[in-house]
Amino acid sequence: MIERFLGWLGQTSWSVALLESLYVWPLVESTHVLTLGLFVGTTVMMDLRLTGIAFRNVPVTAFTGRLLPWTRIGFAVMAATGLLLFYSQPLRYYHNIFFRAKVVVLMLAGANAAIFHAGVHRSAGDWDEDATPPRSARIAGAVSLTAWAVVVIAGRLIAYNWFDCDLQPQPGWVNRLAGCGAGAAGAE
Amino acid sequence: MLEPFFRWCESTALGRAVAESVWAFPILEAVHLIGLCVLGGALLVVDLRLLGLGLTSQPVARLARNARPWLVGSLVLMAATGVPLFLSEAIRAYYNTSFWVKVCTLPVALAFTFLVRERVARREADPPGATGRIVGAVSLALWFTVAAAGRWIGFS
Repeated sequence: MIERFLGWLGQTSWSVALLESLYVWPLVESTHVLTLGLFVGTTVMMDLRLTGIAFRNVPVTAFTGRLLPWTRIGFAVMAATGLLLFYSQPLRYYHNIFFRAKVVVLMLAGANAAIFHAGVHRSAGDWDEDATPPRSARIAGAVSLTAWAVVVIAGRLIAYNWFDCDLQPQPGWVNRLAGCGAGAAGAE
Repeated sequence: MLEPFFRWCESTALGRAVAESVWAFPILEAVHLIGLCVLGGALLVVDLRLLGLGLTSQPVARLARNARPWLVGSLVLMAATGVPLFLSEAIRAYYNTSFWVKVCTLPVALAFTFLVRERVARREADPPGATGRIVGAVSLALWFTVAAAGRWIGFS
């Protein structure tokens, strides 16, 4: 079902044009990579504050209030360019083990941020200036740092898929995790 | 003229080892990108502030002091991963225009950051004046060029 949809999506003329373009695809990919500096960069600075590792004399709400809009802009660009890249080769990425790992950890990072903002951040006024924030804020910061590092590394490795369904034989666990099978063969 | 030097670079044991390994180049690239993230954050916190944006409630000098170890640390990490990446494909780099753009703007960006920007950030008034704004904009433009040229090495 999903495979048939993605197979169709990858054969739409815009998807083919994007994948085969000489400059558009590299420009979209470059934008995706360079925006890391804005999105993950500002996230890392905020997380360093939350863990109490750096910016200990800067109030936490300065970060969550004034830097977060920049993080959001970065995320919007990452998401838009990332979706375009996915659209250029949907079925191939769907069966890419590093892409799958990236999506899973991406969702974990999102859940962690949601829990932080709905939870301990609500009482940020009480510990705003504390050099070392409360335990749950420190955990949120550490989980975020780890998750985004994994997302970046897995994201880079998508391009070097040693476990491509077309490169058989692969160990059984690889074929299971990548969902290799009849529908995956000859993906694009 | 420099070509023999680039040939020697590629013949070094480190260059050979990275080129011959299946995993080394991608892993080094991934860590290089982690460095890019930290560098981007450490630069933006201060440069946005110099432009009158971002953490405007905080003095520039305080942000710059806090960001400095991460700025230096990320640059060390990027050099430590970037040099072996370069060594593994030095001859290709020699004939790559993007590589030369990166290599020529990098020293300018480094000099500007540690000779000009650091001094301005340390004694910049609140709100930052015209000097601060120019320094923030130039810093972002220089590092953007380095990063964009770096990414384009792989495409050209």
